[in-house]
Amino acid sequence: MSQSLIHARGLTKKFGDFTAVNGIDFDVVKGESFGLLGPNGAGKSTAMRMIGATSQRTSGELTILDKDPEKFGPQIRAHLGVVPQQDNLDTQLSVTENLYIYGRYFGLNRKFLKGKIEELLAFAQLEEKRNAKVESLSGGMKRRLTIARALVSEPEILMLDEPTTGLDPQARHILWDRLFRLKEDGVTLLITTHFMDEAEQLCDRLVVMDKGSIMAEGSPAQLIKDYSTKEVLEVRFGSERNSQMANDLRQLCERIEELPDRILMYTEDGEELLERVYKKGFHPKTSLVRRSSLEDVFLRLTGRTLVD
Amino acid sequence: MSSFQVRQGSLNIVDATKVAARGALFVTEARFRSMLKWVWLIISIAIANPVLYLISIGLGLGSYIDQNAGSAGVDGVSYLTFLAPALLATAAIQGALDESVYPTLEGFKWNKTFFSMNATPLSGNHIAMGVFFNSLIRTVFTAIFYWLVMLAFGVLESPRAWLAIFTAVMAGAAFGALMQALAGLLENENVFFTIIDRFIIMPLFLFSGTFYPLTNMPIFLQWIGWISPLWHATELGRWLTYGSEISTTMLFVHFIFLNSILIFGLFASRRIFTRRLGK
Repeated sequence: MSQSLIHARGLTKKFGDFTAVNGIDFDVVKGESFGLLGPNGAGKSTAMRMIGATSQRTSGELTILDKDPEKFGPQIRAHLGVVPQQDNLDTQLSVTENLYIYGRYFGLNRKFLKGKIEELLAFAQLEEKRNAKVESLSGGMKRRLTIARALVSEPEILMLDEPTTGLDPQARHILWDRLFRLKEDGVTLLITTHFMDEAEQLCDRLVVMDKGSIMAEGSPAQLIKDYSTKEVLEVRFGSERNSQMANDLRQLCERIEELPDRILMYTEDGEELLERVYKKGFHPKTSLVRRSSLEDVFLRLTGRTLVD
Repeated sequence: MSSFQVRQGSLNIVDATKVAARGALFVTEARFRSMLKWVWLIISIAIANPVLYLISIGLGLGSYIDQNAGSAGVDGVSYLTFLAPALLATAAIQGALDESVYPTLEGFKWNKTFFSMNATPLSGNHIAMGVFFNSLIRTVFTAIFYWLVMLAFGVLESPRAWLAIFTAVMAGAAFGALMQALAGLLENENVFFTIIDRFIIMPLFLFSGTFYPLTNMPIFLQWIGWISPLWHATELGRWLTYGSEISTTMLFVHFIFLNSILIFGLFASRRIFTRRLGK
């Protein structure tokens, strides 16, 4: 088997006249955690469904585990663990039963599943909920169960579509911790997200997608280095004055982005820049110095924010 | 810290060939577990349905009809005996629909569980057949129960009456498979139940020679019986339970009709499920 578990060249998916994924190229190697970052509608989920060997591509090359999903869908799916954007657990059944029947779909025997289910319940911190009906679980618990379910077959590749959307901060951190452990165990992860912090936390390497195309590729640190400055100064003058002030501030730094509620000023040293802003006689209502993030990379590449 | 004791990896533990061969049974197993959550309701319906119908219509209305019909009876037998095979087939059809239509809507729309199944080595064919097999279990169970109640009511006159279980199941399977395919096409289910109940099930129930011979109907309404699996199964059931007169040709027609619908329904379900999952 070649090094690259997923290999895509010119991968395209059209629905009628609409091009959801427009000729994307990427490779995912064994053991890495690879991310697709982009806003809603960027084509991430469509790409995931093609890689998940359930939706066929319109054109381009795609191999998963060296196989073409058009010809070997079931054989590929046998080695994938899929966590869809929307939980699709069997709500009539209990937590344990959900894990059990899913294992059966992979043809796993009862004896193996008995031990495996205990392991997964511990991993998902759902031991006390083992006999509870899925209906009664919280959003975070359902999400963890969906992830545990995807791991029942010990997949070569775990695919997570927006794993923490809709979860509260605490539930997100528990989930990130679980995913981080999987990464340490050498499981190859493929993640889509529109949260930059999630991408920064979980991905070794990622592509930034917008409108079906890949805008940039690299590690989070490399992307920030390539497309942004080290620090960002955020200033607010009130929504009416922001756009007027943006013109005056432009000369003080490398680059400026004007958002409806604030102005972002890109610089290597945020504190120093803020001092210069005050010296020029500008007095923002609020100011904040922070490090550049993938959000800034996305803004630079597309002129838009990730979350509208 | 490692989360798992020994990771063998799917390449060593998952056998896609085994799933390809037995996938439909894995889906059946899952559907059966879901169905067990309602087992008491299912048993209650299986008992209450025949008992209530046979008493109220068969005995109640029947005694009135029998008085007027005199010694000739209806089709040569008591009204209860005449009616029972039709109700048997109706119950089998209803049982089949419960376990094929609802799970299909649930799987595609309400919980999207079919999509989670399709993310495994299972394919649309396995899912369609698994849902069908489970509905067949429910149908057989319902038909056997109904038949036992008929036995208790003393309406099984022929020694081959037990074969009526199979013809009723055949009707349930055929109708269930057809409606499963239709449910698989549905993007929006809101009006579906109204349409099925009021414009399909109810007319079929009333116009399939259930309560009186189909030939009592004006000729321009008899076609409803002809396209209805219920009528074909009822005719076979009457022949089997009390030996109503029927030509050999018609026996074949009924048999072939029901099995053609079954084969068409299964074929359509498999195709429709596979297509919808691959969108």
